[in-house]
Amino acid sequence: MPEPLRLQGISASAGYAEGPLFDLDQAAVRYVRKATAADEKAALEAAISIAAGRLATLIETSDSEAAGILEFQLAMLEDDALTGPAFARIAEGMAADVAWRKALDAEIAGYETSEQDYFRARAADMRDIRDQVLRALIGGGDIAAPAGAIFYGEDIAPTRFLETDWSAGGGIALTAGSAASHVAMLARSRGVPMVVGLGLMERGLARPGASPAHLTGIALLDAEHGGIVLAPSKAEIAIFRRSSSSFAAHRGKAAAYLTRPAATKTGIAVRVQVNIADPSDVDSIDAAACDGVGLMRTEFLFGKTLPGEETQYRAYRKVLEWAGERPVTIRTVDAGGDKPVPGLTVEEGNPFLGLRGIRLSLMRPEVFRVQIRALLRAAMHGNLKVMFPMIAVPEEYEHATALFAEEQADLLARGIAHKMPPLGIMVEVPSVAIAPEAFAKAAFFSIGSNDLTQYVMAAARDNASVAHLNSVRHPAVLRLIASVAAFGREHNIPVSLCGDAGGDPASIPALLETGLRDLSVAPAQLAMAKAAIADVSI
Amino acid sequence: MSAAAEASVLITHEVGLHARPSVKFTKLAKTFSADVEIALAANGPWFDAKSIVKVMAAKAPKGTVLHIRAKGDGAGEAVGALVELVRRDFDEGKDHARTA
Repeated sequence: MPEPLRLQGISASAGYAEGPLFDLDQAAVRYVRKATAADEKAALEAAISIAAGRLATLIETSDSEAAGILEFQLAMLEDDALTGPAFARIAEGMAADVAWRKALDAEIAGYETSEQDYFRARAADMRDIRDQVLRALIGGGDIAAPAGAIFYGEDIAPTRFLETDWSAGGGIALTAGSAASHVAMLARSRGVPMVVGLGLMERGLARPGASPAHLTGIALLDAEHGGIVLAPSKAEIAIFRRSSSSFAAHRGKAAAYLTRPAATKTGIAVRVQVNIADPSDVDSIDAAACDGVGLMRTEFLFGKTLPGEETQYRAYRKVLEWAGERPVTIRTVDAGGDKPVPGLTVEEGNPFLGLRGIRLSLMRPEVFRVQIRALLRAAMHGNLKVMFPMIAVPEEYEHATALFAEEQADLLARGIAHKMPPLGIMVEVPSVAIAPEAFAKAAFFSIGSNDLTQYVMAAARDNASVAHLNSVRHPAVLRLIASVAAFGREHNIPVSLCGDAGGDPASIPALLETGLRDLSVAPAQLAMAKAAIADVSI
Repeated sequence: MSAAAEASVLITHEVGLHARPSVKFTKLAKTFSADVEIALAANGPWFDAKSIVKVMAAKAPKGTVLHIRAKGDGAGEAVGALVELVRRDFDEGKDHARTA
């Protein structure tokens, strides 16, 4: 048995699943080249017609939502403009599988580089079309997934989702993927647990990822918190089953709380905001159900390349306009640690204690200034607040605010519309939590309970063997949170909390006990968090 | 003898000329023998309205003025019918917000 492996991603559809892992990326059978170009052409024609036939059959048995997606794929497949370039390559002597892949990949690239989330998400449909024809071309068909399987891989095709019988349970865990994909929408509407972006969080870790042995055993998918455990231990399975059944019980009761303002049993109001990572996350959230965005991460914008000012401006503006009057707290890029960004972060032996967050931004002001300008301009479109991650000493806060002032002066001189947002800090390095008085100038504090806990307990949050130490409910962590909350009250500095603990029903009573009245949670946890708050008698 | 027609219409559908509306749009266009093209500006570039690949490539979001032109038999009817389809929000009703 391999060691348990815990991977963290983003929840795309909340829920729990325990079952055998099914590896979506297992090596495909190889295509056998035909003797002549005419035979290659005939092979591709036959494969396209098989794939179209399968789609037509699937459409007949699908509901209207699914049929809409499949009809789009079928129309694409029947369009000569899609298939023509592949046949042209075959005429030049290319094998059918390579010709088809090249033609479709060119089309897919067009969607992937679109500025609009909606069109970008269609790239998954195009990949689905490509793979259906490739499967038909290679023959042999697919290896069937066992009942109740957790599908694990880079991405999953909408047709694969629709062909799967989910009545036996199961779920989806993707190393790439998107919460705006067709599959994510289908998963949410059918209640199939799904996590995306497992690769985004993990790619920089010093240890290797999933080994072949990890990909053949049982897995625990926690799509409430966006994580998966491969090859879990018996103890982990027991804990998982408790969380899973309490989630199922709570979920039913919690739905009624979603659209109500949150309050404790005795009627004390608690603000509940949401944490988001990608601007498209807000597409599936009802703004009226939350009190704003307590944390918008920006490192996911910094994917394969450093995003330009316009790309960032549009992303921030989209979320601000969605929120309307409600506050949107955007965190400047928190790269480093477990979130490397090519061209920005550096390789380090101990990345969690190295150049990450504001330390990196101040080291690379030319990159930071682009983000600052985009934020200053976006502030015109809503109620923006900006916070800096990993602040340890007041000089960092002063340095960062000075850069904001410089960029503001520059925009003013150039006559570009902008606004200075309130500038606050994350409280996650213990030095700040222990001596908050050094930061009395900050406009607000946001407690990052994940990092604060791992630094106070000296227990890495991605290391399963020290997971028992990594608890926000340890008295040492709670005492620090309470003292930060008290300092904020005395000095009129708003204090909120945006770590995973804020959305964890088991931790909410203790957090409210510390004096916190402002939590920010994953969108999928909104209803459950409000229900848990209503159960607290303070 | 060859007819020609041209008109423009505002796209009011929530996410624009996206997957499902494109299917309906191209299917309707194909029922006419006239050559039909669309563009996002009066001076082009023009895309074949019978090809879903081309229609999707136009990437027309909500709020875009869609220009439609046709040449050949039934050109007037073709443009009229397609304009109507866009005006009716592609007959998508209210549920498009959820699945968009």
